[in-house]
Amino acid sequence: MTRTGVWHVFVVLVLLVLLYPVIWLVSTSFKPAQEVLSGLALLPKAPTGDNYAQVLAGVGGFSVWHYLGNSLLVSVGAVAGNVISCSLAAYAFARLHFRGRGPMFGFMMGTIMLPQHVVLIPQYVIFQKLGLVDTFWPLVLPKFLATDAFFVFLMVQFIRGLPRELDEAATLDGCGPVGTFRHVVLPLLRPALVTTAIFTFIWTWNDFFSQVIYLNDPSRFTLPLALQIFVDQTTQSAFGPMFAMSVLALVPIGLFFLAFQRLLVEGAATSGLKG
Amino acid sequence: MRRTQGAAYLFLSPWIIGATLLTVGPMAASLYLSLTDYDLFDPPKWVGLDNYLVMFTRDDRFWAAVSTTARYVLLSVPLKLVLALAVALLLNRPRRGGGLYRSAFYAPSLLGASVSLALVWRAMFASGGTVDRLLAAVGIDTGGWVDQPQYALFALVALAAWQFGAPMVIFLAGLKQIPRELYEAAAIDGASPVRRLVSVTLPMLSPVILFNLVLETIHAFQAFTGAFVVSGGRGGPSDSTLLYTLYLYQRGFTDFRMGYASAMAWVLLVVVAGVTVLLFRGARGWVFYAGEER
Repeated sequence: MTRTGVWHVFVVLVLLVLLYPVIWLVSTSFKPAQEVLSGLALLPKAPTGDNYAQVLAGVGGFSVWHYLGNSLLVSVGAVAGNVISCSLAAYAFARLHFRGRGPMFGFMMGTIMLPQHVVLIPQYVIFQKLGLVDTFWPLVLPKFLATDAFFVFLMVQFIRGLPRELDEAATLDGCGPVGTFRHVVLPLLRPALVTTAIFTFIWTWNDFFSQVIYLNDPSRFTLPLALQIFVDQTTQSAFGPMFAMSVLALVPIGLFFLAFQRLLVEGAATSGLKG
Repeated sequence: MRRTQGAAYLFLSPWIIGATLLTVGPMAASLYLSLTDYDLFDPPKWVGLDNYLVMFTRDDRFWAAVSTTARYVLLSVPLKLVLALAVALLLNRPRRGGGLYRSAFYAPSLLGASVSLALVWRAMFASGGTVDRLLAAVGIDTGGWVDQPQYALFALVALAAWQFGAPMVIFLAGLKQIPRELYEAAAIDGASPVRRLVSVTLPMLSPVILFNLVLETIHAFQAFTGAFVVSGGRGGPSDSTLLYTLYLYQRGFTDFRMGYASAMAWVLLVVVAGVTVLLFRGARGWVFYAGEER
C-alpha cells in the first residue's frame, strides 16, 4: 500500500475510535429494552423504533415536540438578538467617531473573557423581580442587548476589513450613517452574520447552565432540561427512550453541521471560536 | 461630525443598555451581595467579609470543589491540547479528503457540550458500561468510573479532551502559516522529523499554543454541564465531580445562599484573571514571535 493509503487508513481508524460514542448513542437508541442493558454488540440485533415512539408519546407529561418547540423558540430568539444587536454595535465601533469610543471598546473586549458567574446572581434577581423567571425572556432578552461581546468583536474585525471607499462613496451619494449601514455595510457583512447566527444557534441549543437556572416549570423545559428528567428517575428501563431523545436533541446540530461544515470549521479556525 | 456622534450612540444604544444593566450594574451588585447574607426573599443582611472567611476557613466542600477543579484543569487542558496538536500534525498535509477529515475531527467540539453526550458518558463509564468491559477484557478491573470517587473525575476529563476539535482547527491554521523554506532549510541540514518538530514547528507555533492554552484554561475553570449531568447535579460520589461552578450553583440555586454564591463568583474571577496573567508571564520564556529580536 502507498504511504498515502496508509495515512488514509490510519486517519479513518482514529476517527472511528473518536466518533465511537456518537455511533454507540445512535445504535443504542434503536435497541429494545433488554438489549440496552445486556447486549454487548454495538449494532442492535433486533432494531426497533419503540424508544422513539415512547418519547414522541410523551416524557414528563409533554410530547418531545413541546420541548423541541421551546428549544427552537429560545435558540431562534437568541440568533435574532445577536445578529441585530451585535451588528449595530459593531458598525458603531468600527466606523463611527464618538466620544468615549476607546474606553467603551476596551470595556467591550474585557467582557469577552468575563466569567458569567460574576453577573449571574444579580441578573437572576432582576429577572425574578420582573416576574420573568420561568419565561424565555432571561435567555433571549440579553442577546438583544449585545451581551455576547465575542460576536461584536467578530463583526468589528470583519467591518474593518471592508474598504472605506465604499462608505465614502455612500456619503457622497447622500447617505448618512444609517443609510451607509443599511445599503453598504449590512449586505457585505453577510458572512459574519451567518457565522454569528450558526454559532449562536448551536451554543444556545446546547446551553444548559442558563436554562437550568431560569426554567423550573416542566411546561417551559427545553430539550436539554427534559433530558434531565431521565437522569433523576434513573429507572433502567428508561435508558432506551433517554438515548432516543438524546439523538433527537442532537439532530438540529447535526443538520447545521452537514449544511455549514466548511463555514463552521473556518469560523472556528480564524477567530478561536469555542465549539 | 455632530450627526455621526448622535447616530453612533443610536447604533450603540442596545449595547450601552446591556453593558450598564446586565454587566456593570450586576458586577457592582454581586460585589456588594458577596458581603451580605441574601436568600432572595428577605433583604440582604450585611455580614462584611464573613462569606469569604467561612469559605476559606470552615467550608470543606468549598475546598473539595477547589481541589476537584484544580485537578480537572491541570489534567484536561494539557491532554486536550496534546491531542489537538497531534491530530493537527497528522492532518497537516495537502491530501484529498483533508477538509472532510478536519470537519469530522471538529464535530465532537460541537456535540460534546450537550446534555446528550454527557448522558452517553455517564452510561459508557458506568459499571458494566463500555469502558468497564473494555478494561476488564484486558485484565484491568476498575469497575464503573462514575460510581467511584477515585475515578469519576477522569470520566469528565475524558469528555473534555474528546472535544479537542476547536483547538485543533486553530493549530491547523497556525501550521499553515509556517514558511515552507524553514522546513526545506532544516531538511538540507539533515534534520530528522523529530528535530524538525522540536526546532521548527513548536517554536513557530508557540504563539498559537499560548492562545489555545489561555482560552482552554479559562473555559476549563467554568466547566459545568458534564459534571452536572454525570453526577445528577450532586457532584458525587463523595464530591469527586464537584466542579467549582457546580458548587456555586448548589449554594446559589438549591440552598439560596446568594451572598455566598456571589462571593464564590468573585473568587473565581480573581483566580481566572490571576492564572491568565501567570500564563502570559510564563509565556515570555517559551513563546517565540517570528521577527522579534531575542
